[in-house]
Amino acid sequence: MEFYRSHVLICGGTGCHSSGSSDIREVFQTELKKNHLENEVLLVQTGCFGLCEVGPVVIVYPEGAFYSRITKEDVPRIVSEHLLKGRIVTDLLYHDSIHEDDAIKSLDEVNFYKKQKRLALRNCGVIDPEKIEEYIAFDGYKALGKVLTEMTPEETIELIKASGLRGRGGAGFPTGLKWDFTAKAKGDKKYVCCNADEGDPGAFMDRSVLEGDPHCVLEAMAIAGYAVGADQGYIYVRAEYPIAVKRLTIAIAQARQMGLLGKNIFGTNFSFDIELRLGAGAFVCGEETALMASIEGNRGEPRPRPPFPAVKGVFGKPTLLNNVETYANIPQIILNGPEWFRSIGTEKSKGTKVFALGGKIVNTGLVEVPMGTTLREIIYEIGGGIPGGKEFKAAQTGGPSGGCIPAEHLDTPIDYDSLSEIGSMMGSGGLIVMDNDNCMVDIARFFLDFTVDESCGKCPPCRIGTKRMLEILDRITKGQGEEGDIEKLETLGKNIKASALCGLGQTAPNPILSTIRYFREEYEAHIRDKKCPAGVCQALLQIVIQADLCRGCGLCVKVCPTVAISGERKSPYVIDQNKCIKCGACLEKCPFKAIVKG
Amino acid sequence: MKSLQELEQIKQKTLDSVSLRKDRAGGIRIVVGMGTCGIAAGARPVLMSFLEEVQKRNLRDVTITQTGCIGVCRLEPMVEVTRPGEEKVTYVKMTAEKAKRVISEHIVNGKIVNEYTIGAAE
Repeated sequence: MEFYRSHVLICGGTGCHSSGSSDIREVFQTELKKNHLENEVLLVQTGCFGLCEVGPVVIVYPEGAFYSRITKEDVPRIVSEHLLKGRIVTDLLYHDSIHEDDAIKSLDEVNFYKKQKRLALRNCGVIDPEKIEEYIAFDGYKALGKVLTEMTPEETIELIKASGLRGRGGAGFPTGLKWDFTAKAKGDKKYVCCNADEGDPGAFMDRSVLEGDPHCVLEAMAIAGYAVGADQGYIYVRAEYPIAVKRLTIAIAQARQMGLLGKNIFGTNFSFDIELRLGAGAFVCGEETALMASIEGNRGEPRPRPPFPAVKGVFGKPTLLNNVETYANIPQIILNGPEWFRSIGTEKSKGTKVFALGGKIVNTGLVEVPMGTTLREIIYEIGGGIPGGKEFKAAQTGGPSGGCIPAEHLDTPIDYDSLSEIGSMMGSGGLIVMDNDNCMVDIARFFLDFTVDESCGKCPPCRIGTKRMLEILDRITKGQGEEGDIEKLETLGKNIKASALCGLGQTAPNPILSTIRYFREEYEAHIRDKKCPAGVCQALLQIVIQADLCRGCGLCVKVCPTVAISGERKSPYVIDQNKCIKCGACLEKCPFKAIVKG
Repeated sequence: MKSLQELEQIKQKTLDSVSLRKDRAGGIRIVVGMGTCGIAAGARPVLMSFLEEVQKRNLRDVTITQTGCIGVCRLEPMVEVTRPGEEKVTYVKMTAEKAKRVISEHIVNGKIVNEYTIGAAE
């Protein structure tokens, strides 16, 4: 074993990767060599730390110094000051990671992490996902060993049932029950599949688990294979997640090499292997029957259920399909026991949930909280609130299948049931925060535009119904809304929900229905007054110069790209509404704040 | 993979190298003064010697880290050793050889090497 006195952990998740963490790693490598520290300091590329907002993130142990927004130029300083001379570069540290006297806080004292409970993400940002040994060092594959050598498949299923774990993909079906159905289904061959086709706009929880801790998914799938009697697993992952695909490929190869996948695992007669299947980016392939069709090599289209996958799944055989985050919880439930898991969360929703925080929020990133945490805690205490001190308007959960949660429900404890009660859903965990600058009609239109685009076209309610809804919404945002449009949307929405073939269509109207439910007056303003209160819908927007405030300086004339502003210097200018494209350039330029949206 | 024991062996082998990343309260801390004065006086070979010994003896729960100038530049290279629950011990005018003795007597056996301490030098 090599002893390194210091470990430099560089986030290699997609967020930090795109802000340049791989370059930073290279510079670290050269700088360490230059200072002859390469045998003392270990560079580790980890998965996501969660605080994507301040990436690229670098953490240096043993001090636990949390460097944020690191550039290539900062690296030589960190190496020569911190790693060579032992002086922490305080001005590069994340602002909330130090006490007033510059002493370093431990990570769980930092506001962003304080209220979090990282179970599914426990190894993300701690281990090198490309080294199976590091996963094993944190009790990796121990649960698989325990299950194979000490427990029967039935006991395993009972344990998962007793834990109260529910599917993290969105619908919240009890996981143990699903395992039980698949185990009891008759068949000579069974399959275990993992749904890693995370397609919701703004969601990246599963990606982060796969990138930061791929082995935990492999281990859990093998456990599931043992429990239901399958010897083959498939992970259906989006091709748009190249880092996740790469690390999964490495992980599978390492697990095979160590004999943790393959024949006679742990000397028992249980054999299990896993293959990857790459999705080509169709949202509908996240739906279970479409996903399985795609695994088989067919066109990714859903089919009616029953038969459910547990009875007739991949290649017509009984198939267990769980989501990435669901699997990520399994090994710990086995090791710590169902009582431990039940002690976290609410009465009907146990454990934790990972959310991808995005939109108008200070700490964009990945958070994992116990079920029952309120939206207020997530947004204000962990997320750091809304930038610019603006007011919270609504949060969108569940992506194109979910709905909006308005300010009045900020204190609702989040779990599967409470969210459906207020007209939204847990979904996979995308959480988009909106302030008063967001137009709810426009948001609804955005999500519907997405589902119309992604509808596979097999069933008419989804193919035609969502299209008609989108047309109505389009009209409303263009100022051509008519009385009765809202009611039409409601009727269409309810009918589509009741009649569409698969989850995509059945949930597609949710964003519209929930925004109508909580922001009906905003729809009415668009239709009756032809106004967009948030100032987003361009067709309903006028940019005007207030004559009493205008000093006639002429700065606006210079920035206007369409020469829409005219007038005499030192007297008020006027915008020609026919020429104005509402770009807002004049608005920003005016030194007297005389130009307003209205 | 044939047995849980085999898995446990891999775990133990790797655990030492990753345990550094967990926040720990206890453990022995060896802090080497690596200010300009320390480096000029030869702190690097001292640090390297500590690292080598810890690795050779497969010591667990030892953190080796550096700090800036400790303040008594004429006595550099200086090293501070803190064992959990005990007073900090400051060694002065260290060398690679002295470091080995500190490891074997103080770190492993808990016996302070009095002749190297700042008290003896004063």
